[in-house]
Amino acid sequence: MQRIAQLAINEEGFVFDPVQGESFTVNQTGLLIIKALKEGKSQEEIIRELVNRFEVDEDKARIDLVDFIEKLRSLNLL
Amino acid sequence: MRLKYEKPVITKVETGFMNKFGSSPLYARKIRKDIDGVSVEELVERFGSPLFVISERKLRENYKRLMQAFSSRYPNVQLGWSYKTNYLQAVCAVLHQEGALAEVVSKFEYEKARKLGMEGHQIIFNGPYKPYEALKLAAEEGAVINADHFDEIFELERVAQELGRQIKIGIRLNMDTGIYPQWSRFGFNLESGQAMDAVKRIASGDKLSLNGLHCHIGTFILEPEAYAREVKKMVEFAYEVEDKFGYSIEYIDIGGGFPSRIKLKGTYLSPDVLIPSVEEYAEKITQALYESLRPGDFPKLILETGRAIIDEAEYLITSIVASKRLPDGRKAYVADAGVNLLFTAFWYKFNVELAQEASGANEPAVIYGPLCMNIDVIDEGSMLPPLEKGSRLVFSPVGAYNNTQWMQFIEYRPNVVMVMEDGSVEVIREKEDLSDIERRERLPEKLKLK
Ligand SMILES: Cc1ncc(COP(=O)(O)O)c(C=O)c1O
Repeated sequence: MQRIAQLAINEEGFVFDPVQGESFTVNQTGLLIIKALKEGKSQEEIIRELVNRFEVDEDKARIDLVDFIEKLRSLNLL
Repeated sequence: MRLKYEKPVITKVETGFMNKFGSSPLYARKIRKDIDGVSVEELVERFGSPLFVISERKLRENYKRLMQAFSSRYPNVQLGWSYKTNYLQAVCAVLHQEGALAEVVSKFEYEKARKLGMEGHQIIFNGPYKPYEALKLAAEEGAVINADHFDEIFELERVAQELGRQIKIGIRLNMDTGIYPQWSRFGFNLESGQAMDAVKRIASGDKLSLNGLHCHIGTFILEPEAYAREVKKMVEFAYEVEDKFGYSIEYIDIGGGFPSRIKLKGTYLSPDVLIPSVEEYAEKITQALYESLRPGDFPKLILETGRAIIDEAEYLITSIVASKRLPDGRKAYVADAGVNLLFTAFWYKFNVELAQEASGANEPAVIYGPLCMNIDVIDEGSMLPPLEKGSRLVFSPVGAYNNTQWMQFIEYRPNVVMVMEDGSVEVIREKEDLSDIERRERLPEKLKLK
């Protein structure tokens, strides 16, 4: 999880990875997840946060979170 | 209050990624909620998914536009509808109503055209294999027959003998028009002198007489100039034959091959830039005719355009049944239609439209079909928003070659409907069930399980 700790992010969803020198854009839910991962939160905590902030149920949030984490991994951000 | 949810998405920013129109590629999407005014959702509710949808209006329009382009430039033009491109009865019937002859390339297609109500003399019979009985029937019924090779000429002489009269035939030519690959396996080669040998043979046998020339230089030909070269060579050859042997060449059949508006895999320019209009083809072809023909001579110009007439008149609606993440990070979707239905997926990059709004940013996605085959990919990569299970996509153009080359492999073929000009919807090919597939099977008695 150290990789993600180094990411620079702003509130507009712009993400910069200083290690690879690459930029990314994320939407609001993606931003929430990346921030939470940076803070070292667990997946269950993140799901709860998503459900609290957005109109989504737990099951859907879980499926999407797993998919998003896979995506971060493939981008070498995790 | 909770905010509206969007599936989390992260996308790498590529330099120069923003397009020149300034709209973000992350939110650009193509939406098509209806086909000729009938909603995609309603179509699926009534006829299921996947579903082929043909627009009668578009089909007629395409035919008329092509014919208008040619007949406004040349006084003697005829279309032979290339059955192999799409031989659903309703499609053929629409085009026959418009005035097209039937262009068939096998005994099967010949029988199909006859059953639909076309007379022998309204059929052009091409193809490298015409069984003897088929040749004989076609000759008896007065079809236009274009011979493909010497053996066929010999067979036709036998037919003439049996019928006790001379038969008029055409021959198929192949030639260099600058198009690669050259379709040299069909017909008689022009440059080598083989074509002239064929004419000599016809003349010396005296059982046949030559009245037409045929050639098909290939499919999806992007160069109008290639047709100009084809026409010039055909007309020169026609006059050589007329002068030497006294035949009268009544028709010049230049085959098919005009492209439809779709991106081929491996091309980078958009179809709007790359693909000439039918008017440009008409202009080059008729110009070449006027440059080569003798004054006052207007042999019939026959076109066998397939793809350019039907392709854009048909759509395939498909539903997303699952989604997954590939190891390389790309998003992948499984759709209920695959290369079993979309044979042209092997070389087309289809136009993919969403049948509903979707929230969330786009990401690169691959779309697979339902087959257990690695090659079952119907879109190798498009920017798509997150699609939920049950989302519908509309693929186009799919009218050419899919309804004839589709395969029955582990799935049934779905309904094909036609949206009629008055807005009603007709099933023109009912979806299959097990009995269609097993009707011709026989299980030996001792293998019966109960
Ligand atoms: C003899 C002949 N005519 C016409 C066609 C129709 O071609 P297209 O669909 O490219 O217009 C074909 C296609 O292969 C053909 O072989």
